[in-house]
Amino acid sequence: MSSLTSALPPAQGTGARIARWGLYLILLLFAAYYLLPLLLMIATSFKSPEEIRTGSLLSLPRDFSLDAWSYAWNRACIGADCRGMAPYFLNSLVIVGPAVIISTLFGALNGYALTKWRFRGANIVFGMILFGSFLPSQVILLPMAQTLGFLGLAGSAGGLILVHVVYGLAFTTLFFRNYYVSIPDDLVKAATIDGAGFFQIFTKIMLPLSLPILVVTIIWQFTQIWNDFLFGASFAAGGAQPVTVALNNLVNTTTGVKQYNVDMAAAMIAGLPTLVVYVLAGKYFIRGLTAGSVKG
Amino acid sequence: MTLQTPSYRPAAGDEAAPGSATPHKAGGLRALAQRHLSKLVVAPSFAAILLFVYGFIVWTVYISFTNSKMLPSYDLVGADAFSKLWRIERWYVAIENLLIFGGLFIGVSLIVGILLAVLLDQRIRGEGVLRTIYLYPMALSFIVTGTAWKWILNPGIGIQQFVRDLGFPGFTFDWIVQQDTAVYTLVIAAVWQSSGFVMALFLAALRGVDQEIIKAAYLDGASLPRIYWGIVLPSVRPVFMSAFVILAHLAVKSYDLVVALTGGGPGYASDLPATFMYEMTFRRNQIAIGSASALMMLATVVAIIVPYLYSELKGGKRV
Repeated sequence: MSSLTSALPPAQGTGARIARWGLYLILLLFAAYYLLPLLLMIATSFKSPEEIRTGSLLSLPRDFSLDAWSYAWNRACIGADCRGMAPYFLNSLVIVGPAVIISTLFGALNGYALTKWRFRGANIVFGMILFGSFLPSQVILLPMAQTLGFLGLAGSAGGLILVHVVYGLAFTTLFFRNYYVSIPDDLVKAATIDGAGFFQIFTKIMLPLSLPILVVTIIWQFTQIWNDFLFGASFAAGGAQPVTVALNNLVNTTTGVKQYNVDMAAAMIAGLPTLVVYVLAGKYFIRGLTAGSVKG
Repeated sequence: MTLQTPSYRPAAGDEAAPGSATPHKAGGLRALAQRHLSKLVVAPSFAAILLFVYGFIVWTVYISFTNSKMLPSYDLVGADAFSKLWRIERWYVAIENLLIFGGLFIGVSLIVGILLAVLLDQRIRGEGVLRTIYLYPMALSFIVTGTAWKWILNPGIGIQQFVRDLGFPGFTFDWIVQQDTAVYTLVIAAVWQSSGFVMALFLAALRGVDQEIIKAAYLDGASLPRIYWGIVLPSVRPVFMSAFVILAHLAVKSYDLVVALTGGGPGYASDLPATFMYEMTFRRNQIAIGSASALMMLATVVAIIVPYLYSELKGGKRV
């Protein structure tokens, strides 16, 4: 992917140089706009309450302190429960792990079946699954709450895993389907002539070719499920709540003195896993975001 | 939450679809079993989608025609909930806010995203780092970043106080606590979150444009802005459509943003349909009205998505 203008000769002269400086200036100003909230969160989380009161919004912490982080991690009160963010962080891990693995596995199988073993109506089936990715969740909140009640899963991590698997299927199926479409059918044809079966071809031929899309899908699902708030707030009760719901309860509490450094540290704790994944594997995250959105 | 797929080109009558080399034609009985295996593998997912998406939509439609209050009731009473919904002032506030918020959010995100994409396309040093910075908000929950935004926008401790401390005591920026301006703070934060995504979409598209055409125009003496305005942007027209559809359906679904930033306040001045629905269903014991409002949201999303998928389908036939 080279720049569109790389076919053109570089512009010369003073005017061009000024324009170039202006260009960088604009880009850096936008970078500041995007970075401001994150930097504010990081800086504030390392400040003492005293320093927040007296100091400036944008100043760096003078006395670097981890107190707010440790307080937010295991002492802050979320409702009446003063065990900090740690148990909720664990809840999110417990939900995210199985939900990502199961939804990715089904997505891969669906994508494989829908492209390499096409049956009558395969496109309609895919279209109907795909629509799920646009669904406003509000439409299913109430029936889902009732259903989880019938299943005895109300308020539990198991219930949230089920919800995330079901509504993640649209994305995982889309990712794998669009990826497998580009893998030559001849590979599968040759393997069938050699006597390989459906699952053999999947595990021996397709999966080894699937590493990039596996990474894209896992990162996408991890980010979506970790960041979910609506399902967590609707279907998880008390101690089973995911980290985003706990954070919201902590930040929006009206009792006691507002501890901004603790709020910010708690927010960083809740955001760190997806932020780290983004920094380490941003390329794959962006591929997930734009998957299928741009032709060619 | 955001994906759609223009590269998905459903072919009508899929047996005739090119590229569907059907391996099952290669053998006899065994292949027949294999073909059914394929259906069996997709069946659990499809059944789950049928039940949890389409079944639940029907369920919500049913509830919206009952008089359900605190608990769902299954006595049909006609379209009462809908007529009640359209008499609630708060619903009109939510709709009006959605129009203001949606319009500005889509417009400004497109402008900022396209601007950044074009600027980043000028052989910029450190492009990778800048791209990473522009796009990171999409990787974080707004419940997380909203904590910072709430602070920045809080007049007592945020930007307003910061500028006043710099020596401008008259400076006022208190949109978040004012009834008529709170909705604009949602726009500021939403653009911040999503414009990097628009940038990524357009940057990828720009890199797919044929460089020879640009070169030819340049040799003909066209200036760079003219080349972009006249040739490059029109040639990535499909991306406008994709970006619009994604942003529009995100706007309708916006929920975390409001909860984290304004909580719908002051009062309910910055309510959006998603927060209205939650409030009615889970806090005010008006389940039927909540369901009716959820269906309005669904109808809006369908109105955006279906024509788009349809045009994609037509486009697919042409190719």
